Amino acid sequence: MFVELNELLNASPERPEQGKLTLLRDTKTDGSFLVHHFLSFYLKAGCKVCFVALLQSFSHYNIIAQKLGVSLTAAKERGQLVFLEGLKSCFDVFFGEEQHVGQTNPLQFVSEDGSNLKTMYEFVRTSLMASGSDSWKCPVLLVDDLSVLLSLGVRPVDVLDFIHYCRVAVCSQLKGNIVVLVHSNDDSEDEENELIVNSLCHQSNLILWAEGLTTGFCKDVHGQLKIIQKGSSELKAEKNLLRIYQYKIQDKNVTFFARGMSAAVL
Amino acid sequence: MAALATGGATPSDGATSFQRKVPASSRLAAIAGTRPSVRHGQLLLSSGLPSLDCVLGGGLAVGTLLLIEEDKYGIYSNLLFKYFLAEGIVCGHNLFVASAKEDPADILKELPAPLFDDVHKNQVDEKETAIKSKQESQESLKIAWRYQNLPKMEVSPAASARFGHYYDVSKTVSPELLKSIKWHRFFLPEVMSLHPEIKTCNMTCGYTRLLQSIQRIIYQEGFDGSYPQKKQKNILRIGIQSLGSVLWGDDICCADNPEDIYSLTKFLYVLRGLLRMSLSACIITVPAHLIQNKAIMERVTNLSDTVVGLESFIGSERETNPLYKDYQGLIHVHQIPRLNSLICDVSGTKDLAFRLKRKLFTIERLHLPPDLSDTVSRSSKQDLAESTKLLSSGCGAMAIGKKHLDF
Repeated sequence: MFVELNELLNASPERPEQGKLTLLRDTKTDGSFLVHHFLSFYLKAGCKVCFVALLQSFSHYNIIAQKLGVSLTAAKERGQLVFLEGLKSCFDVFFGEEQHVGQTNPLQFVSEDGSNLKTMYEFVRTSLMASGSDSWKCPVLLVDDLSVLLSLGVRPVDVLDFIHYCRVAVCSQLKGNIVVLVHSNDDSEDEENELIVNSLCHQSNLILWAEGLTTGFCKDVHGQLKIIQKGSSELKAEKNLLRIYQYKIQDKNVTFFARGMSAAVL
Repeated sequence: MAALATGGATPSDGATSFQRKVPASSRLAAIAGTRPSVRHGQLLLSSGLPSLDCVLGGGLAVGTLLLIEEDKYGIYSNLLFKYFLAEGIVCGHNLFVASAKEDPADILKELPAPLFDDVHKNQVDEKETAIKSKQESQESLKIAWRYQNLPKMEVSPAASARFGHYYDVSKTVSPELLKSIKWHRFFLPEVMSLHPEIKTCNMTCGYTRLLQSIQRIIYQEGFDGSYPQKKQKNILRIGIQSLGSVLWGDDICCADNPEDIYSLTKFLYVLRGLLRMSLSACIITVPAHLIQNKAIMERVTNLSDTVVGLESFIGSERETNPLYKDYQGLIHVHQIPRLNSLICDVSGTKDLAFRLKRKLFTIERLHLPPDLSDTVSRSSKQDLAESTKLLSSGCGAMAIGKKHLDF
C-alpha cells in the first residue's frame, strides 16, 4: 500500500471502513497501481479478500505485492485471500472436459450462450461467507477489470446485476467493501462500457480516477488522480468532495503531490 | 548527419545496453535468444528489429502478445511479421505460423536472410571496429592494444548468441537454415476442409480451431512445463497473420454492425491465458483500419500486451510532402505492458517513424529537417501565400513582397 495515498484518503489499515463501494477508473493510462494498493492495504488490515483477477496471472500480482510488503502465497495459505485467476479458469472452461456435477467454474458463462454471471456471484459469496474459524475483519471483494467481462460476451445489464448482487451480499449483509476497476475514455466509442462506468459512478462512495496528462507524456509526472468522495449522508444531500493530485510511479511506491508541484519542477 | 546521429532511437536512459549479471544458477538465462530484463527479471525476446526492441523497452516479454495494427496495404506489417519469425529461426526457437490467406510454408520461404556481418555503420561499436582492424594486421596492436586478447567476431551462425539481429530484405533465408528448426503450421482453408464445422463457446470456427491447435502444440511439445525432465527449454514463437479479416470467417471488418463482435475478443482472452502459462510469445497483425466498430479495437487493445500501430505514407498526401521524404511511415506505440512491476520502460520519444532503406528497416525518432529556404514558411503557408497573390492581382508586386513578411 502507498502511505501517501492512505494519508490522502484518510484511511488506515487499523480501522478500515465498512460497507463501501470504491470505483477505480482509468483514462488514457494504466490504473492498476491502485488495485495493487488496495490489495495490499486490505491484506495488511487483516480483512478477508476475494480477488477476481481477470486480466493478469497470479505471479504478476504476487511479485508486485512482495515489493509492497505482502505475500500473496502466504495469505492464500492461511485462508485470508481467495484468488480467482480468470485466465486459468477460462482455459479450463475452454479446453477442459465436461465439468462434474457440483463443481461449477466461475467463468462458465464464456462457453454458454447467455451471459449469466450467476456462477461467479456464487463463487464470491461462498468465498466471503464467514466460516466459524475465521478471525478476519470485514470481507472485501476486489475485481480487476470489469471491462474485460464485456469483451467476453456479457451484456452490460448482467454486469450491473452482478455488481448489485455483490453489493447486497458483501456491503450490506456482510458489512464488507467492494473495490472495482474499470477502464473508460472520454471519447470512447464503447457505449456499453461507458454505460457501466456511469452507472457505477453513481453507485459508489469513493471514486479514484487516474488520468493521463492532457498535455501528453511526461517522465516526471505520470498522471493525475482525481479523488471524488460522495457525501456521507444521502438525506442531507452533501456535495461531493473533489480533490486532484498528480502522481509519479516508482518501483515500490507512488508519490502524490499537488498539481504543478512535481519534484522535477520545484 | 543529424538524422544518422539520432537514428537507432536510443533511449536516454540507456536501459537496454546495461546487462545485469544474472547468477549462473538461474535457469532463466539458459534459453537461447532470450535475456532477462533489467527491471523485473522477466525473460525478453527480440522482436527481430533491434530498433523496435529499444522502443518496446528492451524486447518482447515471454508470455505476452504483440499486436500490430496493419497499415493500409499491409506491406510493412507483413515485414514486421516476417522479422519476428526470422528472429525465431536464427535463435533456434520453434515456430507456429497461422494464416488464412498464405500457405505457411510459402511465408517461411520468403523470410529475410540474416546479416551476419555488420554493414550498418551506426550499430557497429568500437569493439568490432577494433577487431576488424585486428584482422588486417596480425601483429600486436599498437593503439587498440586492450582488444588484443578478445576473440574474433564470429561470422558463422554462432552469432545467434547475440540478442537482436539484422536482416537483409532483398535476400530470402537459406533452405538449410529453415530445415534446422522445428515449425508447425495452421493454414485455415486446409484445416476447415479436413474437419467438420463446429462452434464452441460461440466463437467463430476458425478461431476455435486455431486455439485448439496452439494448445495442442504447447501441450505436446512441453512448452507449458509439462515435461520437467526435458533439460533444454525452448521458446515457441506464434505468428498469426491478419486476424479478424474476412478470411478467418469474422465479419467485423466488413460490416458496420457485425453479427458476432465477441469472437475476436474471446479469442484474445483465451490466447492470453495460453501465452501466460507457457514459454511462448505471439505476434498478431490485425487490419485495424478495416474495423468500423472502434469499440472492438479498444477492447482488443485492452486485451493485448504490446500494441504497435503502423501508418504508411503510401497513397496519402504525406508521400510527397518534403518533410517526410526520408521516411515511409509512422509508428505509434499505443501500449506497453507493465509486467511484474508498477512501471515499465517507456522510451521518451513518442514521434517515431520508420524507413526501409536498401536492405534495412529501422525505426527512428521523427526528425523534421530545418527549413533553410528564403521564405520562412512550411508548405501549408506557401499555399496561403499563393492564394493571396491571386486575390490581390491588382497590386501583384506588393503581394510578392508581402510573402517575405511573416508577422
